[in-house]
Amino acid sequence: MRKMMSITSRPEVISLAGGLPDTSTFPVDLYEEIVLGIAGEGLGTALQYGPTEGLQGLREAIPGVMAREGTGAEPEDVTITTGGQQALDLVTRSLVDPGDVLICDAPTYPGALPTFQASEADVIQVECDREGMKTDLLEQTLTELEAGGKRPKFIYSVPTFQNPGGMTLSLERRHQMVEIARRFEILIVEDNPYGLLRFEGEPLPSLYSIDGGGFVIYVGTFSKIVAAGLRLGWVVAPPPVREKLVVTKQAADLCTSNFVQEFALRFLESGRFDEYLESLKLLYRARRDAMLGAISEFFPHGAEWSRPEGGLFVWASLPEVIDTGDLLARALADGVAFVPGTEAFVDGRGASSMRLNFSGVPEERIIDGIRRIGQLADGMLGLYETIANTAELPLPGTIARPERGDRK
Amino acid sequence: MKVALLAGGLSLERAVSLESGRRVAEALRELGHEVVRVDPGAELASELGAASPDLAFIALHGRDGEDGTIQALLDLAGIPFTGPGVAACRLSSDKGLAKHVFGMKGVPTPAWIPISEPAIRDYGAAAGLPGAVERLGLPLVVKPASQGSALGLTVVTDPAELVSAVVTALSYGESALLEEWVEGRELAVPVIGGEALPAVEAIPTERPTYDFEARYEIGAARFEAPARLPGELGKEVFEVALAACESLGCLDLARVDMLVGEQGPRVIEVDPVPGLTATSLVPQSAEAAGMPFESLIERIVAQAGVRNP
Repeated sequence: MRKMMSITSRPEVISLAGGLPDTSTFPVDLYEEIVLGIAGEGLGTALQYGPTEGLQGLREAIPGVMAREGTGAEPEDVTITTGGQQALDLVTRSLVDPGDVLICDAPTYPGALPTFQASEADVIQVECDREGMKTDLLEQTLTELEAGGKRPKFIYSVPTFQNPGGMTLSLERRHQMVEIARRFEILIVEDNPYGLLRFEGEPLPSLYSIDGGGFVIYVGTFSKIVAAGLRLGWVVAPPPVREKLVVTKQAADLCTSNFVQEFALRFLESGRFDEYLESLKLLYRARRDAMLGAISEFFPHGAEWSRPEGGLFVWASLPEVIDTGDLLARALADGVAFVPGTEAFVDGRGASSMRLNFSGVPEERIIDGIRRIGQLADGMLGLYETIANTAELPLPGTIARPERGDRK
Repeated sequence: MKVALLAGGLSLERAVSLESGRRVAEALRELGHEVVRVDPGAELASELGAASPDLAFIALHGRDGEDGTIQALLDLAGIPFTGPGVAACRLSSDKGLAKHVFGMKGVPTPAWIPISEPAIRDYGAAAGLPGAVERLGLPLVVKPASQGSALGLTVVTDPAELVSAVVTALSYGESALLEEWVEGRELAVPVIGGEALPAVEAIPTERPTYDFEARYEIGAARFEAPARLPGELGKEVFEVALAACESLGCLDLARVDMLVGEQGPRVIEVDPVPGLTATSLVPQSAEAAGMPFESLIERIVAQAGVRNP
């Protein structure tokens, strides 16, 4: 599948596949001001190695970013990382041994799976619904594991505007998840790249703030709120874990680029962060609306999709007979791409689902892309029905014979 | 010589093509040629015009690069190119057409039944599917007619899987085929300039058939080059490979894939633009013949000179 996706790098292709933020609206004058500022006053530091845990100034500024969502944190618990992805990698490498069990959302962030698999972890996915991970299933899973003498190393979750599902863990379940983690004495890795990109609805407290930093490791990133090209993230962890992360990071890359950290710090201090964030939210909200509108217009009868209140992604599921891997082959031939649902599972689930990104593509391209996907899905459904009805072949147990004209 | 190296393109096999292209570019430079890399897209014709190469080396896989589209464009531009000509590419890139030709020329190939989306949609062709299952038996293979690399291929063991398998195959192209399952060894025989190179055997380590993943992921299949073929069988394999290439007009360059079961070699497809990545079969075969990668590339280039004097 990944090999097939190589074609999405061509400019002809409308790619709703990546998780790309829009970088075209970053204020050029601010960029100049920051870079010239570094050239004038900060070159000595910017071009030098830095401390593994990150530049002190930036570590002190991170709690201010988290406070915008009402999360408190101490600068000394912050480790700066090369993107949120490195934070995930460091946590996994520091804590997980081959054969260890990890719990994560079903579906989960596709980019987390290779990280977990590299540590030869045994990944167990707990089903999510519109309110995020089902905490009753989480509890049941942990109880069963405990009975078998197994305790997972951590629970990995993207609770807010989940990737790929787009849903947000409800307040009640947030409290339940933290309570369950404490009771079973298991860490939670809370990955929160999108929390500040809320277009509507009330912000919810982070798991980290509910817990107070005892059992929750918080992963943040500048990728979606400033620029992905900075490759800059952070992790907030209780001291014993933090020390391990620093040792692992030292081995990985000594330190994150000072230049990039300086850039982010000056950006935060410029007083224009909130204004930029607002502009991103406006942009993404319009793109989300365009995508949701197009999906409801063009996707076949029987399709279901998430309606995220923020973030970058919509998760859509088509009638069971459509394999989105096959649909992707048709879509790529027609110049449009998405991520097939199976990429978000370790066990082949998600075969009729897909992740659609709305942040990285202008509205008219989103609408065009969704229209093409919808038409192709319609064509596949029609073909399936025609074959099933003409040939009167047996169908798999779970699938009922389609009725003619049952579609839009 | 100035060589335009065509790699990348718009097919689903773009990644493989780029990998082939990277290795071929290195080899061509080692051989002393000037290399201009071209990633075919909307500007291809003008890029070729600007480069005005002496030769185009085609390292494109999948649609356009294998089906004669690019070859026809090069013919029109008067640029000689590696591998077979337009007609041979068209015939061999459509597995259904190729099988018709095999039938006419007596090249052994597994029994098969064609199916296409227009025939199903407009003429109720799906009504023939139960009969097809009866004729071919189970398991049977459902695969797209035009796609390489085993993309969209399903081995159907239960009739309940057939509808989905046909929809899958037709997702990779307008026509597909149902093919008899042949139990046997999987061999690939490269042919360059009318000469067969040693057969390579692919031995899947996990999956029931040699699919897209196994073909390009190191470790998913084990390869043996040269394949162990006792005297008579080895001769027969070569004869069948050459006969298949001759029937399609692919003697310049091709990789012939075949299954060797109880009834001897049966050709399943002929690839007129075989992969040249580190794990591809043609370079493995060449190596087994004592021909390093550069010499293989030199030979492919020389063959283009023979066809386009």
